Amino acid sequence: MTSPLEQKKIRITGPSVVTANRTHDGVVIYRTPQHGWSSRLADAAIVRTSDDARALLAEAVADDVGAIGSYIAPVEIKDNGEIAPGNLREHIRSEGLTIELPVPA
Amino acid sequence: MPLVKNGKIATDIYVHVADGAEIPADGAILVTAARFLEDSEALLQRPGKVGVIWPNNRDLDDLVPYLDRLAAVALVFPSFRDGRAYSQARLLRERYRFNGELRATGQVLRDQFVFMLRAGFDALDVKKEKDADAFAETVKRYTVFYQPTGDGRATALSRRTQLRHSESASP
Amino acid sequence: MYAYDELDRTLLHERVEEFRDQVKRRLSGELTEDEFKILRLQNGVYLQLHAYMFRVAIPYGTLSSKQLRALAYVARRYDRGYGHFTTRQNIQFNWIKLAELPDALADLAEVGIHAMQTSGNNMRNVTSDQWAGVAPSEVEDPRIWSELLRQHTTLHPEFSFLPRKFKIAITASDHDRAAIRIHDIGLRLHKNADGETGFEVLVGGGLGRTPFIGKTIKPFVHGRDILSYVEAILRVYNQYGRRDNIYKARIKILVHELGIEKFGKEVEEEWQLLRDSALTLDDAAIEEVRSRFSYPAYEKLPHMPDELKQAAHDPLFERWRKNSVFPHKAQGYSIVTLSLKPVGGPPGDATAEQMDVIADLADRYSFGEIRVGHEQNLALPHVAKRDLPALWKALDKVGLATPNVNLVSDIIACPGLDYCSLANARSIPIAQELTRRFANHDTAGLIGRLHINISGCINACGHHHVGHIGILGVEKNGEEFYQITIGGRADESAALGTLIGPSVPYAEVADVVEDIVEAYLALRDSPDELFIDTVKRLGVEPFRERVYATR
Repeated sequence: MTSPLEQKKIRITGPSVVTANRTHDGVVIYRTPQHGWSSRLADAAIVRTSDDARALLAEAVADDVGAIGSYIAPVEIKDNGEIAPGNLREHIRSEGLTIELPVPA
Repeated sequence: MPLVKNGKIATDIYVHVADGAEIPADGAILVTAARFLEDSEALLQRPGKVGVIWPNNRDLDDLVPYLDRLAAVALVFPSFRDGRAYSQARLLRERYRFNGELRATGQVLRDQFVFMLRAGFDALDVKKEKDADAFAETVKRYTVFYQPTGDGRATALSRRTQLRHSESASP
Repeated sequence: MYAYDELDRTLLHERVEEFRDQVKRRLSGELTEDEFKILRLQNGVYLQLHAYMFRVAIPYGTLSSKQLRALAYVARRYDRGYGHFTTRQNIQFNWIKLAELPDALADLAEVGIHAMQTSGNNMRNVTSDQWAGVAPSEVEDPRIWSELLRQHTTLHPEFSFLPRKFKIAITASDHDRAAIRIHDIGLRLHKNADGETGFEVLVGGGLGRTPFIGKTIKPFVHGRDILSYVEAILRVYNQYGRRDNIYKARIKILVHELGIEKFGKEVEEEWQLLRDSALTLDDAAIEEVRSRFSYPAYEKLPHMPDELKQAAHDPLFERWRKNSVFPHKAQGYSIVTLSLKPVGGPPGDATAEQMDVIADLADRYSFGEIRVGHEQNLALPHVAKRDLPALWKALDKVGLATPNVNLVSDIIACPGLDYCSLANARSIPIAQELTRRFANHDTAGLIGRLHINISGCINACGHHHVGHIGILGVEKNGEEFYQITIGGRADESAALGTLIGPSVPYAEVADVVEDIVEAYLALRDSPDELFIDTVKRLGVEPFRERVYATR
């Protein structure tokens, strides 16, 4: 597997975060400005330039024990400053399924 | 890279001779397939054992004529995910009856040891020190095998039919 | 049922302990994700959008009630109380924690269930006809051979790192319920002119990005030679299958690039050198496996018991019976399909509660046995006809008596973008909307047999290519779009569907499908002509005209 850093030139066109899944339980996580992880998108570090995105991703990928499959995902910053997922896939990862689960949680 | 041979960490007696490098006058050498085929007779006539590193994408047909004069064949796992050398190993052992050292090289990791032994490898160039240390306990993991291979371990099916036979033979 | 012996059980426990050690090394950082990924895949563990997904094998689709209860237990204890039955006789759990997986595997091993090779580039779960052993006019029970192959392909030392995944399916009936023509190897059990049992061997079928229907490589391979013949195919594939491009690595591409004759010749040469070996199955070996399949002691029962005559007055029962109850080889018994496709529900899902109820009903009415079919439904394979009314009431109570088997709302669908990290678009909500549109059972009955298959991406887990109506999710500028094909089928006349027109957005899919169905109702030459036959007779064009005229 090529590392996500080598996969292609990293270029972002808008505000982005770095996301992954937590190794021991698979939960969706976001890289935070405190160089850790959080399961809340609201805690995510926001990057706005490709250089910053590359640096944040490099830091995330380096944590091979804690996280799997780190990558850069687009987000939307609402007028009130709230961070929202930038596409449907990320929306589903962040907010959960678009359907009801067979057994309510 | 520790060498595990016949189940124990061993010293590698083979000198790996790079293409273009000078061949030592004596002693065991390991050469690439290209180097070997270029000058096989001279290499085989010099004093000292000869082993060949055979790539996993090359037919064994070119190697077969030399097998009884070769001391070792090293097969290659460029990635542990590339399983071509397992087929080559079984063919060398089971079809061409190669009796020399059959060595696994490349990305040789703990979790493939059992497969490698079953395919006929008796020498493993293990990538990680820690994996080599764990060799003995790792290869004890399995006691049941479903497929007949050249390693001679009894298969589950043969053990069952034998058991049935002995049961029906007893009074 | 096949009963594991001490050797099978020992191997399962050895495998669980190996995986426990691998998980431990992963969590401690000794193994990198790159190294661990293949190991977890070999145990059916994927990483999906929200969590790890755990795929458990149900070899040849046969489960005991005890095993089903164990699956229910795993769903409750380690997951979120439900599981998803797939198109390859597996069950998936969607919310498993890696740290708990070894325990879940150990619990399943107690009842002889495993997850070995349910993913990864190795030989996958061997699948078969879910009616094996009970279907009338079957050559013989294909599960004997499935089990021989299951054992032979499990932890195979030569073929655990193939160029790509490898799937084998077996049928022993004229009507193919195992979709053998879309498998890497398809085996059709039949008898030759001398009355000997053997296989027509097909090779190179598969869906995905480049779909192919399998081709016959050998019309008859004697049963005793089947392991050596399969081994020969695999050896040729292992050495020559492409490893430079993941999309060209399946055996179907090798068969296509070499041509079936050249490929067949390579296999034949290899087989001639392999066939007289320890792989040859003698009668004792076959008998050994056969002897560990147990069959129910059927009673001599009337063809039309009083209970059934009385229940026939209830139109709801009759509707269910006509739809979901099928002929059995033993007089007085039936095969009952349990629809996992309730109106508005996700196709193929079952809750732990449902699994427990089904296990109890299997004990009471089906000699403790349950089957899993590739259509993502379950079956109780040995139900006495006198018990049908009582069974129906019990099933209906837990939502398992939807009378839509083989009808338009019996949809096959992959998990899609709601769960899957490969998906481009959602599958489940499309299926749910379609089941609501076709919720009226009278209308569905009028439409007749019609298979809709939905995949959320080109990997085709929902087998969209072979759906009578196939729906494939794609992404266009960040939006979900769907390509629609018609005329595919997965049975003995397997065919790939043809695109009916430009892809349509998410919101229009159900409308388009309704239009296709309406076009069929207008175009069919009689109520007996099935959708698939109308498409075959007329081609795609008249459908395209009607559906796209106003779009």
